[in-house]
Amino acid sequence: MAKNIYEKIWDAHVVHAEEGKDSILYIDRHYVHEVTSPQAFEGLRLAGRTLRRPELTFATMDHNIPTTDRSKPIDDPMSKKQVETLSANCKEFGVRCFDMFDSRSGIVHVIGPELGLTRPGMTIVCGDSHTATHGAMGALAFGIGTSEVEHVMATQTLLQKRSKTLNIRVNGSLPNGVTAKDIILAIIGKIGTAGGTGYVIEYTGDAIRALSMEGRMTVCNMSIEAGARAGLVSPDETTFEYLKGREYLPKDQSEDELVAEWKNWASDEGCSYDKVVELDAADIQPQVTWGTSPGMVTGIEGKTPVLSEVSNDNERLAAEKALAYMDLAEGLPIQNIKINKMYIGSCTNGRIEDLREAAKVAKGYKKCDSIELALIVPGSQQVKVQAEEEGLDKIFIDAGFEWRESGCSMCLAMNADVLNPGDRCAATSNRNFEGRQGKGGRTHLVSPAMAAAAAICGHFTDIRTWEYKS
Amino acid sequence: MKPFTTLTGIVAPLEALNVDTDQIIPKQFLKRIERTGYGKFLFFDWRYLEGETPNPEFELNAPRYGGASILLTKENFGCGSSREHAPWALDDYGFRCILAPSFADIFFNNCFNNGMLPIVLPIETIETLFGEVRATEGYELTVDLPEQKIVKPNGESIAFEVDPFKKHCLLNGLDQIGLTMVHEEKIAAYEKKRGIA
Repeated sequence: MAKNIYEKIWDAHVVHAEEGKDSILYIDRHYVHEVTSPQAFEGLRLAGRTLRRPELTFATMDHNIPTTDRSKPIDDPMSKKQVETLSANCKEFGVRCFDMFDSRSGIVHVIGPELGLTRPGMTIVCGDSHTATHGAMGALAFGIGTSEVEHVMATQTLLQKRSKTLNIRVNGSLPNGVTAKDIILAIIGKIGTAGGTGYVIEYTGDAIRALSMEGRMTVCNMSIEAGARAGLVSPDETTFEYLKGREYLPKDQSEDELVAEWKNWASDEGCSYDKVVELDAADIQPQVTWGTSPGMVTGIEGKTPVLSEVSNDNERLAAEKALAYMDLAEGLPIQNIKINKMYIGSCTNGRIEDLREAAKVAKGYKKCDSIELALIVPGSQQVKVQAEEEGLDKIFIDAGFEWRESGCSMCLAMNADVLNPGDRCAATSNRNFEGRQGKGGRTHLVSPAMAAAAAICGHFTDIRTWEYKS
Repeated sequence: MKPFTTLTGIVAPLEALNVDTDQIIPKQFLKRIERTGYGKFLFFDWRYLEGETPNPEFELNAPRYGGASILLTKENFGCGSSREHAPWALDDYGFRCILAPSFADIFFNNCFNNGMLPIVLPIETIETLFGEVRATEGYELTVDLPEQKIVKPNGESIAFEVDPFKKHCLLNGLDQIGLTMVHEEKIAAYEKKRGIA
């Protein structure tokens, strides 16, 4: 019988299934970072347990680390302690840790694929909701809580229930200037932030096939913002090309052998799903969020909502609250929204292609005088080095943007990169929740190109009509 | 894990859609390496004004909801980050049971792993409860997990669904790692078959 990719991966990883109970699912790769792991390591210690398969586990520090000079100590004593705790735990339990001085370090969801640790057909977990990013590689990847982190550490398995499957087909091709970020924001706008709850999403269609691996990672990354735990793309030639030559590929098989294996994970022709949603790529405009939930989004030609036109009481209440927090009027054209800060980076949009897109827009321009901070934070040290080799850093610096070390940075502002109350930021990250980037800060989610353009104009502008300078 | 059987307690209303885990416990409190002591940071940005004075506008701060152990809220509660600090903070504050029309998936699981019971109820039932809670000071409900029912002050009862395996684990306070380790031989056999040495 024809199977979809989720069914194939699930079936190949069930260790034990019993009627009326959750199945025991084997986990091929466990990523660990400093924020959601200390209590799990402590739990193991208290119970006298060890890691069942430390060699399948890889750690890095990303949430708390400074994006400024790494030779200086971390100012915040609590951040410092959390980072040191991960180092000590990894040493004690025998886990490979890419610390912040390692050239392979970076945001956990950027470095996994980059190092070839994430591969088609794998089950991958991490104590982080954006683990779905790895699904772009054709892996079943999802975020878990700290109790589950401890469970995976101790048993290399997880208790899971089989999910329903949702196929999101994006047909046709994207207009110029419209990117993977706009696709996923448009999807969330269509199905809502709980539209994917209980499902694993497989993204298909010509517009998805045409995306690079970086673009697919952006789409899969925000599956959780649609409520789905995992989102994946069946592997194809683009996937195999991306993976070739990566450092941590298995050494006992040739690349041809690996590719032959990887191909088998793709969804079979004629497979079925519990639900299908279709979008036409040609209809997608550059997207901008106006509210405090990623589903509060519209196209660049759009306006903020008019409350009297929102028929559902709860939604009207939520929109009213969001507009008040965002300090925006009803019916305001998106292009009239002025920003004073800009942030490009995160596990959503911190990869090389994202920086290239932003640099293409910024080239030959200066940031608007009203922009107090325009922050460019590469997703990993390898992305940083590559961008510098391509001269992207110079384009950004010439434009008046700041060029930083890698990390999660202002996506969740656990380090020193924080918005001040009242700041309005065009951000390429994944969440526009109240206070996410700093208490009282206001976040508008956009693509890297849209963020760069907004920093140059001082307000949102339609990237489809941008005048590129060569 | 502490077991959950029956609970009688004051119900506190939180009238908001899509309450995300950044609101439940803001990021500055995720830097701690402990598992306990998060209750004082629960809903921090909503709960406090400058200088950590309680915000009188925030409904949970009303004295009538002091000591509440059941939280009544709206759709998609617990969306966003996977941080287990969210259920830790709710639990430490005193909430053992949450009633909502829907929950975000990771948060929902995390609750069960901490001996807490999230219950999905039809939206009309939730709306009715909001009305009753606000109308009656000291409004209490009894949540009976073995019987899968919620009993109102007037004796009326509301049935609810719960996954049988999760119910079994909650009632007995079972440690999931211990449960899985019973099947250690099967894990070893699976690894052997896959060549994971």
